[in-house]
Amino acid sequence: MASLRMVLEKPWLWSFVGALVVWLATIAFTGGYGAGGMVTAALSLAVFTVIVGVGQMFVITLGPGNVDLSLPANIGLASAVAMKVMGGSDAMIVVGLLAALACGAAIGAINYLLIRALRIPPIIATLSASFIIQSVDISYGRGLQIKPPPGFADFTNWQVLGVPVLAMLTVVFTIGAALALQRMIYGRSVLAIGQNIRAAWLAGVNVGRIRFLTYTLCGALGGIDGALLAGYFRGANVDIGNEYLLASIAVVVIGGTSVAGGKANVPGVWGAGLFLVLLLTMLNTFGVSAGVRLVLTGLIIVGVITAAGGEKPVR
Amino acid sequence: MTAIAPGTVPKSSPRGSAARARMLRGLLPALSLALVLIAIAWLNPRAISYFGFNLMLNLAIPIALATIAQMFVIAGNELDLSIGTFVGFVGCVTATWLRDATLIGIVVLIGSIGVYALLGALIHLRNLPSIVVTLGMSFVWQGLAILVLPKPGGKAPDWLLAIMSFKPPYIPFPILAALLIAAVVHFGLMRTSYGVILRGSGGNAAALRRAGWSLLRTKVALFALTGLFGVLSGMALIGITTSADANIGNGYTLLSIAGVILGGGEFVGGRVSPIGAVLGALTLALAASPLLTFMHIPPDWQVAANGAILIIVLAARVLISRRER
Repeated sequence: MASLRMVLEKPWLWSFVGALVVWLATIAFTGGYGAGGMVTAALSLAVFTVIVGVGQMFVITLGPGNVDLSLPANIGLASAVAMKVMGGSDAMIVVGLLAALACGAAIGAINYLLIRALRIPPIIATLSASFIIQSVDISYGRGLQIKPPPGFADFTNWQVLGVPVLAMLTVVFTIGAALALQRMIYGRSVLAIGQNIRAAWLAGVNVGRIRFLTYTLCGALGGIDGALLAGYFRGANVDIGNEYLLASIAVVVIGGTSVAGGKANVPGVWGAGLFLVLLLTMLNTFGVSAGVRLVLTGLIIVGVITAAGGEKPVR
Repeated sequence: MTAIAPGTVPKSSPRGSAARARMLRGLLPALSLALVLIAIAWLNPRAISYFGFNLMLNLAIPIALATIAQMFVIAGNELDLSIGTFVGFVGCVTATWLRDATLIGIVVLIGSIGVYALLGALIHLRNLPSIVVTLGMSFVWQGLAILVLPKPGGKAPDWLLAIMSFKPPYIPFPILAALLIAAVVHFGLMRTSYGVILRGSGGNAAALRRAGWSLLRTKVALFALTGLFGVLSGMALIGITTSADANIGNGYTLLSIAGVILGGGEFVGGRVSPIGAVLGALTLALAASPLLTFMHIPPDWQVAANGAILIIVLAARVLISRRER
């Protein structure tokens, strides 16, 4: 019994329950048709949300006000950079991925530089950066070869027994992220900063370096996400990352990470990512119009957040 | 930001220089606007005329109103990421129901202000992060806008068109409107006693609660004011563009936040300035399009110009603040 209660108290459980309920509701509607395909599709799409979600989670865990609003612009630019470097040739896939990673990491580093040098809240710093990145992307992406090499497109769409390979790799990556968060000095430092930045500093945590690393990491994940998205959807465009602003923040919060910082949860990001994707699939299956779908998505997100409730501020 | 910058011990400096730095800081929004105006005058002297201002500042009124809307939530240490799609929703209602079925239109618009007030209550009672709640709401408003007006179109009510095309003697209408908005909000928020309470809810909520004020009421009031000015912004926008589109206001979310910050507002501490916010909105409206056009910079870089102005002004503010310490 005690172990059952322990499981029930896990904050990430509810995101998986939500995903399951939505999935069951959809297959009840279709009479069981396409149940497996839906899971496959949900896994492939959730991957992109999970990757940026983990980055956003580390940033949000740094404490109140820490959030990366430049992710959509970052994803857009990195997808264009990756496709440009790959140039449609299979031999350049790895170089292109590295270029996207470097592009994202550079954006993350610039974000932190702005926060640090101008002493402005991360929201405004990442917002101003995203304005500039967006313009760079529009100007750079014009008339560009944006098709991925066939090998890369196949790789991002590759499935083994109905399970997307990309999803398997992302599971491995999230396990790594969970270990980094809970078992490594870096992760513990992030949590400590989120709980009390002054106490962490007094305890000898190199606050500046950890925050720099976290923003760079989040940027790099955005970059790699951009490249993978361009491969999966067989092309890059400026708006490819737009939906990931809400999605990245929503999966973090729905997944049980505290917005006040200092408490993070990696499994919840997966649960919430699946929940969001399945929710969209459900609404599409029900055949609702675009307007109703947007309204319901918004209301459900607000509803879930309300039900999950905020943390009482620790004094 | 709650970051405690380690090692920045306040330097003792003569009181006079600190006061001067504070004044300079207060003048920064006006200085940035003046700089943009001078640049425009230098590039194209003919633009500095009655008709020039009317054209260049055409869209400044809705931007200024949206910025004021954003300023109210920021005064309470919150952020509204849905103001853009809300302005779009209001625009769609204005161009359809407000013209064809005035009563329903009025009820819907007042109801949407009520929704904002409820959001404020929800955020306060459940202690929710406003960023996530308003991000979710941005989808709701966008969806409703599409439901009200599936295809771009509609038409603004005649009385609204008449108001927005008003041509007062000597002073261009956008400037007159900006002055009026700044004066009214400045008086309400900076010069009345409840305005002080509203700003206090962002400055020191605990002290306010101990003094017996309801924090729920201040949050509801701030969100309702945001809703009210969002409605005004959407109506003003449709009065200028004459027809609506569900995506018409999407850019306003980021513009409004940028405007508040340019105008000297801060994210925490209830430090906002209505006059600064209006000046910030005018700066962004001028710098984004007319200035770039006169400088022959392609429109691709419009958004970047906003970002760059934001960074430059914030950098200037840091330089001044360093002297203030």
